[in-house]
Parts: sequence; C-alpha cells; structure tokens
Amino acid sequence: MSEYHDLIVVGGGPAGLAAACAAWEKGVKDILIIERDKELGGILNQCIHNGFGLTYFKEELTGPEYAGRFIKMLYDTGVTVRTDTMVLNISPDRRVQAVNTHDGFLDLKAGAIVLAMGCRERTRGAIGIPGDRPAGVLTAGAAQRYLNIEGYMVGKRVVILGSGDIGLIMARRMTLEGAKVLACVEVMPYSGGLNRNIVQCLNDFDIPLYLSHTITDIVGKNGRVEKVVVSEVDENRAPIPGTEMEFECDTVLLSVGLIPENELSRTAGIEINPRTNGPVVYENMETSLPGVFAAGNVVHVHDLVDFVTAESQRAGRAAADFLAGRSVSGDADLELACGDHVNYTVPRMLRLANIDKAVGVFFRVNKVMAAGTVRVTDAAGAEVAAFRRQHMAPGEMEQIQLPKVLLEKAAGPITISVEEASE
Amino acid sequence: MVDVAIIGCGVIGAATAFSLARYDLSVMVLERENDVATGTTKANSAIVHAGYDPEPGTLMARLNVEGNRMVKELAKQLDVPCKEIGSLVLAFDERDLETIKELYRRGVANGVPDLELLSAEQALAMEPSLSKEVKGALLAPSAAIVSPWELCLALAEVAVKNGVELRRNSPVTAIEKIEGGYRITAGGEVVEARMVVNAAGAEADRIHDLIAPHAFTTLPSRGEYYLMDKSQGALVDHVIFQCPNKDGKGVLVSPTVHGNLIVGPNAEPVEGPTDVAVTADGLAFVKKQAAKSVPGINYRDSIRNFAGVRAVTDQPDFIIAEVEGAPGFIDLGGIKSPGLTSAPAIGEEAVKLLEKAGLVLTEKPNFVAERRRVRFKELSSKEKAALVAKNPAYGRIICRCETISEGEILDALHSPIPPVSIDGVKRRCNPGMGRCQGGFCGPRVQEIIARELGVPQQEIPQDKAGSRILLGRTKEKGGV
Repeated sequence: MSEYHDLIVVGGGPAGLAAACAAWEKGVKDILIIERDKELGGILNQCIHNGFGLTYFKEELTGPEYAGRFIKMLYDTGVTVRTDTMVLNISPDRRVQAVNTHDGFLDLKAGAIVLAMGCRERTRGAIGIPGDRPAGVLTAGAAQRYLNIEGYMVGKRVVILGSGDIGLIMARRMTLEGAKVLACVEVMPYSGGLNRNIVQCLNDFDIPLYLSHTITDIVGKNGRVEKVVVSEVDENRAPIPGTEMEFECDTVLLSVGLIPENELSRTAGIEINPRTNGPVVYENMETSLPGVFAAGNVVHVHDLVDFVTAESQRAGRAAADFLAGRSVSGDADLELACGDHVNYTVPRMLRLANIDKAVGVFFRVNKVMAAGTVRVTDAAGAEVAAFRRQHMAPGEMEQIQLPKVLLEKAAGPITISVEEASE
Repeated sequence: MVDVAIIGCGVIGAATAFSLARYDLSVMVLERENDVATGTTKANSAIVHAGYDPEPGTLMARLNVEGNRMVKELAKQLDVPCKEIGSLVLAFDERDLETIKELYRRGVANGVPDLELLSAEQALAMEPSLSKEVKGALLAPSAAIVSPWELCLALAEVAVKNGVELRRNSPVTAIEKIEGGYRITAGGEVVEARMVVNAAGAEADRIHDLIAPHAFTTLPSRGEYYLMDKSQGALVDHVIFQCPNKDGKGVLVSPTVHGNLIVGPNAEPVEGPTDVAVTADGLAFVKKQAAKSVPGINYRDSIRNFAGVRAVTDQPDFIIAEVEGAPGFIDLGGIKSPGLTSAPAIGEEAVKLLEKAGLVLTEKPNFVAERRRVRFKELSSKEKAALVAKNPAYGRIICRCETISEGEILDALHSPIPPVSIDGVKRRCNPGMGRCQGGFCGPRVQEIIARELGVPQQEIPQDKAGSRILLGRTKEKGGV
C-alpha cells in the first residue's frame, strides 16, 4: 500500500517552502515536503551574506535568515517534512518513490506535486577548460559550502572564472577569510551577475574584473593548481594569441552558469524547454503533466530569491486550486514566443481561465541595454502592451504583468521582444 | 624473499597478480601511486576490441582475440560492467572500403568471430545517427565496452583476497641482481624477489633500464577525450570507429558501460607519461573528427574532458619477454591498444614465462575468484526496499546524479583495497561520475572517508598524493 498525500513538494529550499506555505494557506491540509539534505532551506543555508529579502520582506536578510522566516511559517502549519530523504523517481500518475535511512524505501502517491529541486552548477567539463586536472578547481558553490558550512579554506590565491553571482560573492568571502583573490575573469563583454555584486564584491575589494577574457590553461603538475593562463577573447570568444597573462594561484573557482536540475522531470516525461533547461510551464506553473507544478530554479535560474518565492507561491496556490477542482488543465489559449533580444519567457503557455486579473511573465534579455522598450505583440502584429525600461542586462531577470483584458483581445501567439532605445 | 614482485598495478599488473594468485606463491605488487588503475588504465577508450586491427602473427593479434573472450568471462565472474555491443568501422571513400576489406581479412586470419561487411544502407539502418556520408562498414559483433578501472580493481582485489600483497605509494627507484633473485628499492623500502614482472606501463622502459641495457623506448602518445552526459548515451548503440591510421584507431564514438557517451581520442606525442593535460587544439580535433562519423553530438552536454597516455614504444608489437641477461625478469612493455582487451591474456602469458624461467606452479586448493558489489540504483523497488530495511546506510543517497548510497561508499572503503581519495571512491562505486562531477557529493564523500579512515577531513585528497582540496580551517591562527 502506498502512502497518499494531497500535495508532495519535492525539495525544501526556498521554492519548496514557499509553495508548501502558499498551498496550506489556500486550504490544502495534507502536504509532504521531501528534502534530500539534513535541513530545510536549500542552498540559502550556505549563503551567509546579506541582500536577501529586499523585495519580499522589505528588509535585508542573510540567506539562512530568509530561509528561517519560511521555516518558521511552516512550523505554524501542519505540513509534514521528511529531510535526509531522496526522491528516486516520479511517474506520470504522480507516484513518488523515495528513500531514507529511517523510513526505508517509500512508495508514495500524490494528488498534486510541486517540483522544487533547484539547480546545479556548470562544471569545468561543461566548458572544456584546457590544461592539467589538478585539485583546486572547484565550482563556487562547492567552495561556498566548504567555507561557510564546514569551515574549511579551499585556497589562498584565487582566480575566479565567470562573473555569476556566486562567484562574485565568493570573491568577497574568500578575501574576508584572508585569501588573495587575484582576478575575476569573464568571457563575455559584460558580467553575468548583478551590478550590486560587482560593486560590493569586486570593486570594494580592488579585485580586477577582466571582461572578454578567459582561462586558456590550468597548470598543476603536482596535484594542485599552480598557475593559470588568462587570455583576451575576440568577438567570437576565441582567445587572441599574444594577450596571455599568467596568475600564480592555488585555486580556480568556477561561476560559469547554473543548470536547472530536471532529471526527475525528464524521467517523468515532462516537456523541457531547451532555452531554460526547465519544464515548459503554464500561467499557473503547471507543467505538461496535469497536476504537476514546478517553481524556482528548477524552472529557470533566478538571480533573486524574492522572485523564487513569488513564483513558488503561484505554484503552491495553483496546486491547491487543482486539488479543489478550481482550475483548468489542458491546452493553452495563447503561447508566448521570444522576439528580438528575449532569451526565454516563463510561463510559455497561457490559459486565460486560470488568470485572475493579470499574469506575471519573467524573461531575460540577451544583451546589455542602457534603455529599451519591452513590446508585447500578437499574431496580427498588433501591440498588446509596451513597457519602458532603464538598463536591462542578461544577468538581471525582467518581469512584466500582462492584464487579462488585453490578452483576451489578442489574436494567436503573443511575442515578447525588446527594442533597444537609440542613443 | 617473495617469489614474484610485480611492478605496477594498472590492468596489466593486476591481471598478472590475478593469474599468479591461483598458485601457492608469495606475490607482491608494487604500485607507485596511492591507488591501483591510475595511469593509462583509467584514461582510455574503454573498449574490448574484437581483434581485426593487429597484423596476423603478432602477439597483439593473438592476445587481443584471446583477451576479448577472457575479459567478457572475467567481467561476468567478477561483477565488472561489460557489454558486448559490437563495433563498426566506417568507410567514407574508396580507399576506406579497401581498408575495411583488409581489416575483414585480418580479422578472419586472427580468428575474430562473425565479422561482416555492411553496405551504407545496412550501417545506417543499424545506426541512424551516423553521417549520411558513410559508404560501408565492418561489423564486429564480438567487440565490447567495459569499465577499465573496475576490471583492474576486480583483478587486483581478488588477487589481494587470495593472499597477494599490494604495496601502494611504492615507486621503484632501484633494482639490483642478488643471489637467487633481485633487490628492489620501492618507496624507500627494500623488497627481495626471486622473479620480477615489469608492468610499469608507459614507464616500463625506465624500469627495464634499472636492470638491463636499454632495449626499447616509450614514445608517450597522448589521447584526449570528451565524456558526455547520459542524455547523449543512446546516440549510438555500437562502438563507432573510423579507419585506422598511422597513429592508431582514430577518433571513436561509443556508449560507455556507465551510460555516457565517450568521444575521442586524438594522438599526439608528449614529453612524458604523466603529461595528461587536455588542450584546446586536441579537443577541437576530436570534435571535428567525431563529426565525420556522428554529426549530431551535443557538446553542451559534455561533463568532462580527460586525457591518457598510450604506452607506445619504438617496437611495433607488445614486448612480452624475459629480459636478456636477467633471468626471471619479465618485461610486459609497450602495452598500447589493444592492451586493455589483451590484459588477462597477457597475465597468463607472464605466468608461462615465469614458469619457463623456473617458477614452480602449484595450484592453491582454496583460490576463490569471486567478487560482487551492491549497485543500489540497478535494483528493483522491492530489492531496494529489502536492502534498506536490512542496512539503512543504503537509504542515504550521497551522489544524487548517479544515485549512489552511503552503503555503497562504505562497502568500497571496507573492500580489499580501500580507497584513500575521493577519486578512489569514485572509481569503486561511482559517486561524482555524473553531470555535476562531484560538486555536491565530493565534500560528503570526503567526510565519509575521513570518518572511516580516522583521519582529518582536510587530509583526504582529490586523487593522487598532493591533490589536496582543503588547505586548512577557517579562523585558524597561522592557517591562511
């Protein structure tokens, strides 16, 4: 006999916590969160820096504090939590197999599921950095865990490849712990991280940022990194001979992108958007499998946890509506397509019946723009809406609200594009 | 004085140790590194070749075909992942078509079973992901894929279980002839052995030179590879070769026994056998060549690049012989491709040479050639439930990409050759082999090793000695 729950939330990080709380508030009383780590909170637990919660709580919190607020809220609900428990498989009929040391092998059945597995970091192998393969080449997140959770120093002289937010945060963190961060090297002509992190984590500590540069060789003949070679790259990201700089260092931290963790989604047969590596989702964060929702970094990589929270609450409430028979599943009324300078949109499909007054759409642009206009047009080319923006960058997620009244009038697929303002 | 000392515990040394372990002998294996299988054995194409490549009449031809059969049997017996998936050699023009006919003839002469020349249509029907430029192919159904390091580990573990002594961290620096045998200095210790087997891989020439005049020279040839995520693992169902050239068998595309896709290698001369760096040029060449066979490989799904050094020498064939002027000292040198395939046959060959040199072989009544390990993720739901109920450690998943449990890691740490590094654990039960490459599980594996071995976590290396990950505690006076 399998154990039944109305809602099973896979993952107890910020997305899972917010989804569970929101579903509880909307009347779901039998909720199980399955978390693989020993504690709830996910990656926030190792993010001991501040800057979380400015949007959602209107105050500045550290990662563990932000998680703590939600864990406290969860305590006041009747949500069940199983930590140290790994989900092994999810099937299309919403059966969930999991395992842990105290309950053993669990065969569970859910009325609805929220996927909140988060993401993982891209590694050296994914980008093919030439050179030796010594110890001392770590992803920034792995280094962060060693440093902040376990209390170990992973290096003394550090070069950071990639200017994603975790890398920038680790540049400051390693410096504060006494390491010398020699450089942050970014292959693109712009940073992949938030501007505030460039200022607070690099500029404030005199750490040089080399844009349009990359590591072209890692040297470490005796087991540990000894040196890296950094070269400038041309517009095709190919290294330019003659521009080599050498840095003697013992550590290379990689902050070269995050990939939504969707192995469970894939085996369940959920449709994945190749642009995000996350599930294709509808307006209510429902995936291609009815009753299975997804939220947070498992859908697309966010730069602010506050937005993860908002998106996950949407998923949690939608799961509650699904369980109560208040929502429609099935085909979309409108699809969202990516126009000029737009990399992806979340959601990608809209069912107007599930939209109350407006639907929020997240997207990322593919270039840095001082100013521009977000244009929303329908199949006939008619403008549905337009939004003016100052400063847009790939490292900063954009959000627009599309009113239902306008969508109802739109014909066919909706295209979201960005027009750069001329100087 | 031991009866036999084996220098090197790659797959050749391990196979020799395994072959000797059946007999009532004292055998010692001297390994330079902190683990077995750390040289060419762990970084190659992982193919059990059918045996149509070598010139008929060579040692390579005979031992390849014998080894092909033996590896598959041993894999079954010792629980080593091995799959007989067959191989295709592709022809892209008239000259290639001639070449595959020649390979067919060679294969028949070498005794390779069931070879078949295929038309382009037949090849494409069998492998729809192949380039449409294919003009024909040679099918060798007996070719297989294997986990090379697990084969080596299995052979070495069984040898150790049957009384062979393995000494790690023991690089051989001197050998002298003494009355009735040899005195070997290894890792600062002295070992005396009646007979010696030189299985030092790409360093076999250097070991040979410690006891006899120079006879052959290693010309280290590096091969670089891409390893792709499991999402690419089913792109092809066979080992896909191109026609061989002067540098070897060319760039191949193949599934691995672990479900990934391997692409490579190139061939480039390097200074020394330890130069296993990857290069931008080498990887670009591999990509370009592989596209000729299988155009649809998605390199965004690459999870690792690596390189290995082939023990190519200035001799065309394997060097398997008693050293002139050094009775009872056996060279197993120049073991390039198909060395992995041939390994068990080479081990048997070494035993024959030792016997000829005067070693008395008496079979042990209690020799046990068995090995089994738990692979949690391969079990059925019912088996998983039963296993976790019996031992809860199998219910804690440490590596989430590969679904490896703490129980399996503990099994590895209490195996006959306990690993001392994160990569050592990886080679035994695969945590860290997945798409995140140990980003999540690495620290946890390190913690478990430290706990089980009773040493501080910061002393547990990534791999070889010197590959320290942690340089100290934070907030430690005088630390950083």
